Amino acid sequence: MTAANISVKDPDSKIRSHGRGGHGAVMGSKKIKFISIDDQGAPGIKIAEPEKFKAAARTFAKALLDHPVSGEGLPTYGTNVLVNVLNEAGGLPTRNFTVGQFAAHDNISGETMHDTIAARGGKTKHGCHAGCIIQCSQVYNDKDGKYVTSGFEYETIWGLGADCCVDNLDDIALADNVMDDIGIDSIETAVMFGVAMEAGILPFGDGKGIIRLLKEEIAKATPLGRILGGGAGAVGKAYGVTRVPVVKNQGIPAYDPRSVKGIGITYATSTMGADHTSGYTIATNILNVGGYVDPLKKDGQVELSRNLQIATAAVDSTGMCIFIAFPALDIPECLPALIDMINARFGINLTGDDVTNLGKYILKTERQFNIEAGFTKADDRLPEFFNTEPVAPHNVVWDFSGEEIDEFWNF
Amino acid sequence: MQTTEAFQLHETIQITLKLFATFRIGRFTVASREYAKGTNIAAVIRELLIPEGQIGTIMLNSRHADPDRELNDGDILAIFPLVGGG
Repeated sequence: MTAANISVKDPDSKIRSHGRGGHGAVMGSKKIKFISIDDQGAPGIKIAEPEKFKAAARTFAKALLDHPVSGEGLPTYGTNVLVNVLNEAGGLPTRNFTVGQFAAHDNISGETMHDTIAARGGKTKHGCHAGCIIQCSQVYNDKDGKYVTSGFEYETIWGLGADCCVDNLDDIALADNVMDDIGIDSIETAVMFGVAMEAGILPFGDGKGIIRLLKEEIAKATPLGRILGGGAGAVGKAYGVTRVPVVKNQGIPAYDPRSVKGIGITYATSTMGADHTSGYTIATNILNVGGYVDPLKKDGQVELSRNLQIATAAVDSTGMCIFIAFPALDIPECLPALIDMINARFGINLTGDDVTNLGKYILKTERQFNIEAGFTKADDRLPEFFNTEPVAPHNVVWDFSGEEIDEFWNF
Repeated sequence: MQTTEAFQLHETIQITLKLFATFRIGRFTVASREYAKGTNIAAVIRELLIPEGQIGTIMLNSRHADPDRELNDGDILAIFPLVGGG
């Protein structure tokens, strides 16, 4: 199924998911079920300049711990702290992207999740991999204190919560567990359920219905399950829905592009389809990290998305978690320390310019692949309904022209 | 003091204050507060004893606002610490 992801183990042997883009489907198409690595007798990682590496790593770690987002906000509330932020800003896509605020936002907020976890003996701070010093993950238990899920992210909670109008965090947590178990992307599947609800397959707000469809249809690959497992675009086509929030057939994540215009440019231009992490303008449009660009105006959005996508492509290729971007945007020593670590690891001499050029090269290469695969400018557009349907409370539409969006690629 | 000043009513405004994440600790989640007309956001922040350096986002009626903005009756003021996500 195109919603299939790649699953890995976290330090507690629970499932973490590499979602988006259907990589699990790619693996499946090549008949790869799993990859296991046995490192017994292997030489280990060789660091070219160990002392230089250690010094750079210390500076880097300090920046991560010093910045309030990576050092305090994320380890305390996880990514789900964003529900209330986007709700307040009027950019929380609700009821299949029809409004920008969710009346029951308190039920699913990061603050509520934090208090629920603490009351039930879970963990509000938790690392998804050995050595992580940000620790934005958590362990969410049910009311009897039994494990339900980890890596309970804003995207999943927004998607099944606000976008599908489910106001029960326990239902959403169980659905998160089932999606991990089946091995499907929680963002694509959540956006898909929003479309499915609009199609009348189940009512908006039906959390138990979501769990039932996950377990009884998608997990069992029934004909309906195969349609649902094909993602938001597939359901939209099969049921004749026009309000289908996808770009390049990938579901649009937890920020409405009409009221957060910078992320709309990222959605339209990202080479993998609608993605928020590839150029996370939310940092600057909403969170005042790396400066401020008004989310409700067109000014500066293309440049913002471009700079972030270039930097992110480079950071992604190092294998670093993208959340290092928060300290990197505000603390001047952070990114140079990362470059020093890379140089010390391999005995090379990259500069900041080299890293920027690497990011540009990666984006252009990916775009070239897409072009040769048949993608055109027409695929760098948002669905039409964003142009014509204003989103409350700001009552704004997506008003970038095709030419304005295409400007993105002028680098 | 002139007569007109002596009879001038001291006007107040009523606003809804929303606090989030760590700012709720030791304070409140949502409150209705009365202030003198002409009060700006910075004055509210000072009164709440919120350290300026901890402030992430200020939203006034769902739009970003600067601390020097003057408040009006019926405003909804939301104050967030520096947070992030994905």
